[in-house]
Amino acid sequence: MTLTRRGLLGTAAATSLLPLARARAADAPIKIGVLGDMSGMYRDLSGPVSVACAKQAVADFGAAGKGIPVEILVGDHQNKPDIGAGVAGQWFDRDGVDLVVDVPNSSVALAVSNVGHLKNKVVIACGPGTADLTGPQCTPNTIHWSFDTWMLAHSTGGAMVKAGGDTWFFITADYAFGHAMQRDTANFVKEAGGKVLGNVDTPFPGTTDFSSFLLQAQSTGAKVIGLANAGSDTVNCIKQAAEFGVNKSARLAGLLVFISDVHALGLQNAQGLVLTETFYWDLNERTRAFTQRVLPNTGGARPGMGQAGVYGGVLQYLKAVEKIGVAAAKASGAATVAQMKAMPTDDDAFGPGSIRADGRALHPAYLFEVKSPAESKAPWDYYKLLATTPADEAFRPLKDGHCPLIPA
Amino acid sequence: MFSLFGVPAPLLFGQLLLGLINGGFYAMLSLGLAVIFGMLNIINFAHGAVFMMGAFVAWMLLNYLGINYWFALLLAPLIVGAFGFVLEKTIISRLYKLDHLYGLLLTFGLALVLEGLFRNGYGSSGMPYQIPAVLSGAVNLGFMFLPIYRGWVIVAALVVCIATWMLIEKTKLGSLLRAATENPALVQAFGVNVPRLVTLTFAGGVALAAFAGVLAAPIYSVNPNMGSNFINTVFAVVVIGGMGSIFGAIVSGFGLGVIEGLTKVFYPQASDTVIFVVMVLVLLTRPAGLFGKAT
Repeated sequence: MTLTRRGLLGTAAATSLLPLARARAADAPIKIGVLGDMSGMYRDLSGPVSVACAKQAVADFGAAGKGIPVEILVGDHQNKPDIGAGVAGQWFDRDGVDLVVDVPNSSVALAVSNVGHLKNKVVIACGPGTADLTGPQCTPNTIHWSFDTWMLAHSTGGAMVKAGGDTWFFITADYAFGHAMQRDTANFVKEAGGKVLGNVDTPFPGTTDFSSFLLQAQSTGAKVIGLANAGSDTVNCIKQAAEFGVNKSARLAGLLVFISDVHALGLQNAQGLVLTETFYWDLNERTRAFTQRVLPNTGGARPGMGQAGVYGGVLQYLKAVEKIGVAAAKASGAATVAQMKAMPTDDDAFGPGSIRADGRALHPAYLFEVKSPAESKAPWDYYKLLATTPADEAFRPLKDGHCPLIPA
Repeated sequence: MFSLFGVPAPLLFGQLLLGLINGGFYAMLSLGLAVIFGMLNIINFAHGAVFMMGAFVAWMLLNYLGINYWFALLLAPLIVGAFGFVLEKTIISRLYKLDHLYGLLLTFGLALVLEGLFRNGYGSSGMPYQIPAVLSGAVNLGFMFLPIYRGWVIVAALVVCIATWMLIEKTKLGSLLRAATENPALVQAFGVNVPRLVTLTFAGGVALAAFAGVLAAPIYSVNPNMGSNFINTVFAVVVIGGMGSIFGAIVSGFGLGVIEGLTKVFYPQASDTVIFVVMVLVLLTRPAGLFGKAT
């Protein structure tokens, strides 16, 4: 037998892997990777609070008492699809991760969802908006929790027209999410008998001064100014609308607003804003109880709907794991997801609900108005409830999604 | 009311005024950059980060110490300027003998570190900072409602710009500074402490950015990224005005603010690129910038 360098290296590599593989088979903990934005503009609606919510789900499930070892890993996708897909791939291949959760930013979520499908693992998307995750891009391994563009447009757009806001002007972030958000909302506005007077596409990212766009919107006389943007763009729009008194002559509709945005704005600027979330910490007994439990680990920040979705998603995942067993769950992500869909959901953040065949988690959507400083009695007392859309009406009907999993 | 190219005149006047206000910010920021580049030959990429620090220090003064906007307008530039002083003494002064590129890389790294620190401490979505009561409200100009605060921004920006220009062009200190830039060895031979002069210049440029940061705090969201949103535009402004030219920085700051404002009416999608288009045109015809001296 001749020894070659390549052969030696190969043997060395193989033997070094042996103990690792054996150890993995022995303990085989369930590994959950929280993949979020830990350092960028979406950190406050994902980030450390999402991690705290994942840990809370593990604790509330009582994984240790049930003999299911669970480990949580944390990753930062930096809002870049290639980095997100890379981290997920490494987690699945090398670290034995079974579930990737959170994944804000639509383009990153679509990439990670693909990786999860390829490796037959589980992806629960709670932070991204694109309804394509349960539409043309749906997979048997992906579940979409918390919200999507269709639901937001339907709830906020429809409700505003009903309340008399029948003429609209859109301030739209000039990229895929902004255009999708505007298109979906405009459809509902027209359907409800409203009219779209115009729109302005603002460069994304990099626009900081929205006052000239707001004045253009005001000059059309539209009753509602729809903000088809997110994060600091929305914050700047609302702040500057208050400054120029634009919020006096027209109502502002934030199409994607999280409680962290309202917190950043302050009630003085945000008051009167109408928005949709599927979770609010002060909604009922159960949401308050959940918030009290998780609060010591969030640095005082109340979770928004994306972060609460991490809690609900992980909890449902662990219930499914308990049902089919750890070994089976680790073996097939698709089988775990099928089990998650087969059972009803019920958690303190979203209440009772279900997961549809296309991977859409169904729960009620709430239309809120931001309180005035006088109405707010306590820290983070920000919303008053205007309307509730029941779970079966809140999301896009199954047949309209064109998900390949659903026979036409 | 008449209209121009299909845009009603009142809207157009409003946009011109708004452009002028944004131009005020560009002018103040590019002024600091131009001063630092002119005297130190450092391309200060951390300028956006110190602008952000100015806004954050104002927020901290208000929320931790109860110090109001007016004192913050004075204190924040001093505090951040002192930070700039230490920065120059300890790190930046080591780079003067090296190529421009090293200064650029160092300050770029510094900007990332500073933004990261603030992001870790205060999150990414920003902090509320209210407009001071005296300056809240708006006046009806006939063609638009001008928030009083924005009017104040123009006035403050103009005063600061003119004062800085006068300081450098018309005073003894300014003439020493300019001489030290031309020939440091000679000026030192006359008994002037050139290194200290350079340190103070850097601190001064940084303080200018911090002042702009405090002015911006009530208008923009006070968040760790607020500086990086501005910095690319401001660099283009400095290049257009002519690297190191104080007067050029001021004029092109206001001018480009107006051009950007008009673009927002006629073709909003291009409003963040128009400044770079202007930059290309200027560099093609006058490689040293509008007011720069060819070397």
